[in-house]
Amino acid sequence: MEQVRHLIGPEDLNQKEMEELFRLADSILMHPERYMDVCKGKIMASLFFEPSTRTRLSFEAAMLRLGGQVMGFSEPHGSSASKGESLQDTIRTVACYADLAILRHPKEGAAKLAKEASPWMPVVNAGDGGHLHPTQTLTDLMTIRHLKKSLKEMTVVLCGDLMFGRTIHSLAKALSTYEGMKLILVSPKELKMPSYVIEELPPGSYVEVASLEEALPLADVLYMTRVQKERFLNEEEYERLKDVYVLTKEKLQWAKKELIIMHPLPRLQEISVAVDEDPRAAYFQQAKLGMYIRMALILKLLKMEDER
Amino acid sequence: MINVSEIKKGIVLDHICQGQGYEIFKVLHLHEVEDVVVLLQSIPSEKLGRKDLIKIETDLPLDLTVLGLMGPGITVNYIEEGERVHKKKLSLPRTVEGILSCKNPRCITLAEKIHQGSFYLAKEEMKLYRCGYCDAAVSL
Repeated sequence: MEQVRHLIGPEDLNQKEMEELFRLADSILMHPERYMDVCKGKIMASLFFEPSTRTRLSFEAAMLRLGGQVMGFSEPHGSSASKGESLQDTIRTVACYADLAILRHPKEGAAKLAKEASPWMPVVNAGDGGHLHPTQTLTDLMTIRHLKKSLKEMTVVLCGDLMFGRTIHSLAKALSTYEGMKLILVSPKELKMPSYVIEELPPGSYVEVASLEEALPLADVLYMTRVQKERFLNEEEYERLKDVYVLTKEKLQWAKKELIIMHPLPRLQEISVAVDEDPRAAYFQQAKLGMYIRMALILKLLKMEDER
Repeated sequence: MINVSEIKKGIVLDHICQGQGYEIFKVLHLHEVEDVVVLLQSIPSEKLGRKDLIKIETDLPLDLTVLGLMGPGITVNYIEEGERVHKKKLSLPRTVEGILSCKNPRCITLAEKIHQGSFYLAKEEMKLYRCGYCDAAVSL
């Protein structure tokens, strides 16, 4: 029996496989009509134990645009978890009904545990607490590749909450595997990149600074993140740190003309609304491209990437 | 000096750091073994200054994972007919299951009450292990 593939962390896909996904996503983007019924008869379980708008809708839209169907819940109260069922039992049950499961869970490592309970149904980690979020990484890489026409020889500034920002952890590790990528990590000392992520970056591939103004003129890509209130145990600490970095139109005058500004969304005050008019603002395009890369991922995990 | 005779068949755990012998004795449940077991503490050693040593006159299967984790410098000598037939120097195991527990309050293993957590060796020189689920560091 052919082994089932899961996507739990970025290391589950090598660079060649990611490139194949980007090409498939490009093909879907160019010819969506060719893929509109490829997943007819397939069911995707959307298991969201934590609220999410963008990721959940992006996955569900992806499956619906492939002609498949979606079932699931968007908060734990809608599931048997509220009755005390274990995550593994939930997954084993869902595997009886669905062809693929998308899991968002507030606990770190939940997706790996789910994978262990799912020998034949692919599981996709759509975010496990502050830990990993590999499909956001795919979205981010797809966006850079699509808009910059390359994934090498550039400077990427990652700014904001680098400690709890799971999108950033996965992205930093993935970017560091591409040739000539330089990372500038901008954060207050309380929200620095965790050591387990730093340990995996090649020496010399990154610098850590505290000033966005210092990093901005060097950036080919600026990736802003939200300081997430739900990750703080102490509200005072959140209030103190939430507005440390705010990108404004004025600050952008020091940036390159070819810069692209990214954000995983939802955006709060860290990017001024006035920046939306700037042609360098790419965050809504990023959200759209995320749906196409998720369509490609669904096809790959269901082993249907060669259907068209 | 106390004279402890050589064993005929069994295992000698040598180069145990001074003071760690009793811990290892307990972890290996040697108090439950009915065969001859000798724990020597604070004996002179050229290499360590002082060391502990355990002799077990048995075929007891040893969990080397536990030993490697507790004392990566320990030497395991396998004895048959009074002669050493095999010598094994322990090192930190690449993965550890069922011994350590994750302390990250956000880890799924705490929420789901998983006692047999899995840990991987992240940095050997720092004896640093990480939770196989949430990647949080675990100190030994």
